[in-house]
Amino acid sequence: MTAFRSGSFDSRLLGRVTGELDFRGRSPGGAWRRLDWRLLAVVVALCVLGVLLVWSATQPRLLVDGGDPQTYLKRQALNVLVGLAVMVAVGLADHGTLRTWTPLAYLGSCLALAAVLTPLGKTVNGAQSWLAVGGLEAQPSELAKPVLVLTLATLLGERPGGDRRPRGVQLGLALAAAAVPLGLIMLQPDLGTAAIIVVTVFGMLLVAGVRWRWLLLLVGAGLAAAVAAWFLGLLKPHQVARLLTFADPMADPQGAGYNAAQALVTVGSGGAFGRGLFQGDQTAGRFVPEQHTDFVFTVAGEELGFAGSALILVLLWLVLWRALRIASQAVSPYGTLAAAGIACWLGAQTFINVGMVIGLAPIVGVPLPFVSYGGSSVVACLAAAGVLTSIHRQTPRRL
Amino acid sequence: MVALLFLTLLGRLWQVQITDGRRYAGVAAADHVRHIAIPPVRGRVVDDRGRPLVRNRTAMTVAVDRAALRRLPSGGESVLRRLAKTLDRPYREIADRVRLCGPGVEGPCWAGSPYQPIPVAEGVDERVATQILERPEAFPAVTAEPQPVRDHPYGKLAAHVLGYVAPGDGDHPSGLTLVGKDGLEAAYEEELRGTPGRREVVVDSEGQVLRTVREQQPTAGATLVTSLDADVQRVVERALRRAARKAESGAAVVLDAREGRVVAMASYPGYDPGVWTGGIAESAYRRLTGGNAPLMSRALQGQWPPASTWKIVSTAAAAEDGYDPRGSYDCSGSYRIGDREFRNFRGVNHGPMNLHRALVVSCDTIFYRFAHQMWQRGTEPMQEMARAFGFGAPTGIDLPGEPAGRVPDKAWKRKFWEQTKADTCRAARKGYPRVAETDPARAAYLKAIAKENCARGYVYGAGDAANFSIGQGDVLVTPLQLARAYAALANGGTLFSPRVGKEVRGPDGRVLRTIEPPEAGRLPVAKKTLAYMRDALAEVPRSGTAAGAFAGFPFGKLAVAGKTGTAEAFGETDTSWFASYAPADDPRYVVVVVVSEGGAGGEAAAPAVREIWSGMYGLEGKKAALPKEKRF
Repeated sequence: MTAFRSGSFDSRLLGRVTGELDFRGRSPGGAWRRLDWRLLAVVVALCVLGVLLVWSATQPRLLVDGGDPQTYLKRQALNVLVGLAVMVAVGLADHGTLRTWTPLAYLGSCLALAAVLTPLGKTVNGAQSWLAVGGLEAQPSELAKPVLVLTLATLLGERPGGDRRPRGVQLGLALAAAAVPLGLIMLQPDLGTAAIIVVTVFGMLLVAGVRWRWLLLLVGAGLAAAVAAWFLGLLKPHQVARLLTFADPMADPQGAGYNAAQALVTVGSGGAFGRGLFQGDQTAGRFVPEQHTDFVFTVAGEELGFAGSALILVLLWLVLWRALRIASQAVSPYGTLAAAGIACWLGAQTFINVGMVIGLAPIVGVPLPFVSYGGSSVVACLAAAGVLTSIHRQTPRRL
Repeated sequence: MVALLFLTLLGRLWQVQITDGRRYAGVAAADHVRHIAIPPVRGRVVDDRGRPLVRNRTAMTVAVDRAALRRLPSGGESVLRRLAKTLDRPYREIADRVRLCGPGVEGPCWAGSPYQPIPVAEGVDERVATQILERPEAFPAVTAEPQPVRDHPYGKLAAHVLGYVAPGDGDHPSGLTLVGKDGLEAAYEEELRGTPGRREVVVDSEGQVLRTVREQQPTAGATLVTSLDADVQRVVERALRRAARKAESGAAVVLDAREGRVVAMASYPGYDPGVWTGGIAESAYRRLTGGNAPLMSRALQGQWPPASTWKIVSTAAAAEDGYDPRGSYDCSGSYRIGDREFRNFRGVNHGPMNLHRALVVSCDTIFYRFAHQMWQRGTEPMQEMARAFGFGAPTGIDLPGEPAGRVPDKAWKRKFWEQTKADTCRAARKGYPRVAETDPARAAYLKAIAKENCARGYVYGAGDAANFSIGQGDVLVTPLQLARAYAALANGGTLFSPRVGKEVRGPDGRVLRTIEPPEAGRLPVAKKTLAYMRDALAEVPRSGTAAGAFAGFPFGKLAVAGKTGTAEAFGETDTSWFASYAPADDPRYVVVVVVSEGGAGGEAAAPAVREIWSGMYGLEGKKAALPKEKRF
C-alpha cells in the first residue's frame, strides 16, 4: 500500500497490484481481432454456468406448481443474449462515444432510481428496488453501477493542465455525482449495493490519485454516518437482524439467521465434488430462499461441490485480473479509471455475495456478477465487460 | 490485494465444503430426509367358526398437514374453524388434535411425527369428505383419505373381551398406529399389529414429498382365531341382559370344561365399541367409566362373594379333612358360635342329612360346624382348598387387567387390619355423623362394627371361618375364577388357565401358532369325592334350590348340574349366582352367571343359565347355537 502514498496517478502501479507487468502478447488485427477474447471466454463461461445453476434452482418449484420447468432457463438465456448484445455494442464503441452518452445515461439512471421510490416502484424483501414499466421489470440500482463508474471516470479522468491528480472541483463534482445515486439507493434501502458503490467510488478516487488525507477524511465521514445511522435507528428491523445474525448465524436458525444457516448448510453439504447438477436435495427442496438470484452460489456449492464453486471463483478472479490488466494498460486516465472502477465494483460485489453465502459477510441482497438470475444484473455486468473490451481495444499495440 | 480476497474466499470455501462438509451434509440430510412409518393393516379377530368379530373397513379420514398449516396466516386458524364447522365438531377439539404432544401439553394431542398428516376426524361421511376435497382453496393443508378403521360386524357383541384400540402413547414409534388398549386387542397386540413399513422420502422446505428414496412395505397383522362362538355369545348376552336389566350389573362365562377354552364371556352393561373409532369424545369416555361403568369387563374383573357356589370348595375341603360325605350331619336352623347365632338361609331347619343333600338344599349350618371345628383345631384346610381351586390368584387368562380375587385367612386378616386400623379406629371413636343424619340406625350399626374391628379386627375369629365356609364375608371371586373351578370339578380335577385365543394365523392363512390352555394345577381331591359332588349338583336343578328356575326343563335331552349362590350385602339386594355344567354325566361346558343385586341365586341367575343352555343346545323351541359336533 505504500505505493499509493505518493497519491499520484501511475498506471504501472496497477500492474504491481495485479502482480503483473506484462505488456506483450498483443496480436495485430481489426476491431474484432482486438477484442479481449480471454475476457470474453471467461465472461461467457460464467454466464453459461449461471444459466445452468438458475435452471437447476428453479426447476423443482416449477415442476411442483405445474409450470413450465424451463421458464427461468429461457428467461435467463434471454437476459444473457440481451446482455451479450449490449456488451458487443459497448465494446465496439470508442471512448468518445461512451463519454458522449455517459451524461445522458447518468441522468436516466438517477431518474429511474428516483422513480423506484414513487408508487411505480415495487418492494421486494423489504427494499423498494424494482421498477415495473409495462410488462418489463428492472432494477435501476444494478444498471446505475456501470453508469456511475463511467460518470466518475469522465469527471476524474480530465487532465486539462496535464495535472497528475484531479483538481478539487473535479473531486467535488465526482463526490456529488456519486452522492445522488448513492442517496437514492440508501432510501430504498439497499445496503449491499450502497456498500459496493462506496467501495467502487473509494477505489476510483484512490486510482485517480486523490490526496490521501482527503480520502481519510472521507472514510471518517463515512464511519460517522454509519454510526449515526445505527444509533438514530435509520436502519430497518430486517437489516439490523441480518447484521446481528452475521455475528452468530446459528443463534436463531429458524428466524433471522435462516438464510445464513441454510446457505452454509447447503454449500457445505456439497463436499468436494458436489451431488451433480440437478441432483441437490437441498436445492430441489428449496431450503434456501432467493436461491436463483442472490444465493445462486449455494446451488454451485451443493451440486458442483468445492471443485465447481472454486471454478466460479477462479473465473471471477480472471475477470478482475483482466480488468486490472486493462486498467494498467489503458492509454488515458479515463480508461484506467473506468477499468479500475469496474474491477472494484465486481470485486466488492463478488466478495460480498460469496462472503454472505459462506458466512464471511452479513446477508445483504446483492447478486453474484454474471451468474445470478436477473436481467438488470446480467446486462449491467456484461455492459461492464463491454466497457473493458472498449478500453482494451484502444490500448496501443506493442510489437 | 484482489488475490488475497479470493484466497480468503477459497480458504473459507475449503473449510466449509471439505473440512466440515460431512457435518453439513448430515445437517442437510436431517433437513430434507424424512422417515415415514407406513402403518400395517391390523389383523382380524375371528370366532371359532371363522366369523370375523373384529375386522377393518375403510373410512374417510380427514387429516391436517401441520407443516403446511403453520405457514398459513395466523397458523391456519380460519381454515381449522371452517373445517370444524364442515365436520360439525367443536373448533377446540380439532385445534387440540393438531397440537404436538410435549411437556405441559395435556391430551388430546398428536404424538406422531409432525411431518405426517394428523388425522382429526375418522369415519367422516363421504359427502362431507367430498366437500373438503373439492375445495382445496378453502381447505389448504387439509386432506381426506380412505383409512382402515376397526369394524365390529356384530356390533356390541363381546365388546369387553375384544377390547379396543386407541392411538399409541408418545413412546410409540408412530402416533398414527392404533394400539390395543384392552381385551384381546391389547393381549395380542404384538401379533395383531403387524410390522409397519418404512418410507424414506426427500421433502422440500414446505414438507412436500419430492421423491421416495427407499420403501419397505408393511406386513399385515396376523389373524387371531378365538374359541368364542358368536352364536353362543349372542345367546349368553341376551340371557344376561334379560336377567340383569332390572339389577345393577351382571356377567356370564361359558367355558369348555374339557379344554379350558372360553366359549363366551359377557358383561352387563355393555357398550358399542364403535365409540372408539376416530378417537373417543371425552363425554363418551366419562359415560363409559362413570356410573355403572359399562367399560368394565365384569366377567373378568368383577369381584363378588361367591356365596353357596363356594360349597364345592367347603365340601371338598371337609371330605379331604376326613369328614365322610355320606355321614349324617345336622342341618339345624342355626349354629351358635360364641354369643352369635349363624343362621341357615332363611332360618330353615332341614334336620340330619349327608353332604349330598346339604349341597342340594344348600344347607349352611353343616358347613358352619365344619369351619368352626377346623378353626378350633387351628388349621385352614378350607383356605388351602380354595387356593387349590384357583381362587385368590388370577387365572392367567389371555386378557389384561385380571384381579386376584380374595381368599381371606389369618395372615390376610391381620394385614388388612393393619392397613385400615387408622380409619377404623377413628370411626369407632367418632361414629358416622354423616350417615347418622339420614339413617341413625345404620350409623349406630356401622359404629359398633368399627369399634369391634378397631379392637379385635386382626383376629381371624370363628365367625370369619363360618362366613368363609359359605362363601360370604370377605371372600371375593370373579365369575371367570368360579367358572374354571367348576370346570375343574366337572372334568375330573384339571384346573386350566383359560384361553380365549386358539390360533394365530398369518395374513396368508397359515397357522403361526396354536394356543393351548395350560394346566394351572390339579384339584387335590379324590376322584370319588368329585364324582360324589357332581352327583349332588346334578340334582340341584331337578329338585334342589334351582328347581323352580328349571321347572319343566328337558333334562332328558340335556342333564344340567349346578349350584345356586345368594350373596348377602348389607343394605343392598342380594347378589345372585348360578354355576352350572352339562351334560351332567360327561360334562363339556360350564356356564356361570352372576347378577349383582339380582336377588337369590335361583331367582335371577338360574333362569338366565337355563336360557343359555337352551339356546346352546336348541332346547325349549330355541335354535341350537352350538354346532352338532360340539354339543356332547
